[in-house]
Amino acid sequence: MQKKRRMWGWAFVMPQLIGLIIFALIPLGMSFFISFHSWDGIAASMGFVGIKNYINQFFDADFVKALINTLLYSVMYIPINMVFALLLALAVQKIKGKTLYRLFYFMPVVTGSVSVGVIWTWILNGDFGLMNSILSFFGINGPKWLTDPSMVLTSIVIVSVWWNVGYNMVLLLAGLQNIPEVYYEAAQIDGANKWNTFRHITLPMLSPTLFFVLINTIISSFQVFDQAFVMTHGGPMKASYTLVYHIYQNAFIDFKMGRACASSMILFAIVLIITLAQMYGSKRWVNYEQ
Amino acid sequence: MNSKRKKKISTGRILLYIVLSLGAVLMVMPFAWTVLSSLKNMGQTFAIPMKILPDPFVWKNYPESLAALPFGRAYFNSFYIAFVVVAIQLITASMAGYAFGKLKFRGHNVLFILFLATMMIPSQVTMIPLFIIMKNLGLLGTHMSLILPASLFNAFGVFLMRQFIAALPDELEEAAIIDGASIPQIFIKIILPLIKPSMAAFGIFVFLGQWNSFLYPLIFLNKTESFTVPLLLNFFKGTYATDYPLLMAGTVISIVPVLLVYLFFQKQIIQGIAITGMKN
Repeated sequence: MQKKRRMWGWAFVMPQLIGLIIFALIPLGMSFFISFHSWDGIAASMGFVGIKNYINQFFDADFVKALINTLLYSVMYIPINMVFALLLALAVQKIKGKTLYRLFYFMPVVTGSVSVGVIWTWILNGDFGLMNSILSFFGINGPKWLTDPSMVLTSIVIVSVWWNVGYNMVLLLAGLQNIPEVYYEAAQIDGANKWNTFRHITLPMLSPTLFFVLINTIISSFQVFDQAFVMTHGGPMKASYTLVYHIYQNAFIDFKMGRACASSMILFAIVLIITLAQMYGSKRWVNYEQ
Repeated sequence: MNSKRKKKISTGRILLYIVLSLGAVLMVMPFAWTVLSSLKNMGQTFAIPMKILPDPFVWKNYPESLAALPFGRAYFNSFYIAFVVVAIQLITASMAGYAFGKLKFRGHNVLFILFLATMMIPSQVTMIPLFIIMKNLGLLGTHMSLILPASLFNAFGVFLMRQFIAALPDELEEAAIIDGASIPQIFIKIILPLIKPSMAAFGIFVFLGQWNSFLYPLIFLNKTESFTVPLLLNFFKGTYATDYPLLMAGTVISIVPVLLVYLFFQKQIIQGIAITGMKN
């Protein structure tokens, strides 16, 4: 019987295992291999160039720009999204009409990136857009959101927060609901005020969810592409040109597969380092005991 | 609004409602503005000062958008790709989940860790080799190039299904084994019915992701007839860059069905997302 179970075990895992090998492991290996070569993706042979593709990246103005833009975007997007999502989850948690608010805040999440991009291209239009019309109603002369290089990343952050804040909110809300009521009752009996209750009960009990949401947000933030592609095509003057945009541009516009793969390996390294560092650091603040 | 309730309502609470409601308006406004913009003509669109409501209502943007590009076709493509991916993924991921969660074959631990580890690989890393693989297989431009990788590999799905199945009590299986049931029978008749709600939640999650997926279709598909909805809308934007009324009508056409599904099934969708996200 035990033998049979083992045999069936392999059979059951097989389809996804084949998928794992063909669609993850082999491509990962290929990407690593190609990153040490010069290749246009078409020629039958590729030339070995060693680590040149990696070193050259840092002298490539486009790559540096993409890296800086992605970092700037993340520095704005991650905290704003996390703070808003947490505040919203806390605010909505125990009020009447919770489902209705949740319905509205989650609405943009089900909308695709292209629709979001098209909608906001029009809203953020510097001359005729809704945003500047509203601002001018209050006597504010709105900026050229998408055509001013110093403004465009901020604009994409605004759009991304609008688009995704509901997702994090829903996850945090579910996390909040998993906190047993008895803890709050105990705190109330002990005479804890709201801040102390939040600081010593809500926050520690929510920390596993917060941690998961944070990691998710960081990873997706470093992969920002769709919004920039649809709204500004990485412009103006590459001001919204991101890392993933750089990979896309190198591979599928310029046909420099070696460089593109090297960039993608660098992205992988960044994501990996951040995740591992977070996992290591999380031991200090994430509380997995319930 | 709650002034008649027994408990007195503090000003703080009222303020909270006001702020939350303003926020909700901000979330919905872009959609409303899209609909309003789609019902104007060019003159109204670029009028200064801005006109909020269309006057008169211009309906022709809708038939014109539908005539300009094959939205119906794109809908069919998006739906069928997402449907096939969800179906195959649910089957294969739950099978693998059962193997990892209950069958515990030799080497299952190492293999499971391998699955977990691949979750860290950004899809942009495998995208270029996949493009090359698909080109060599002659699948570039076909829907197969999207369906195959998405449906046969989802480490997160395998992980999720393992968690759900591992949490089921062993006794159920043991009873079935005594009754002489085979492993596939146990899987189909006992395991699957028990994890149905989790599978529904996961299915919704996968469907939404697939429906809205943009980068992979952008790279793999090249003919307008084979485009998915997001891809077609992106193409539409490129073609009618400044014809905002037409563009907004196209956007409404591409999001209304999704929003309708969302409004009908919002409870299931939101809970599904929460369950899927929480199982970590």
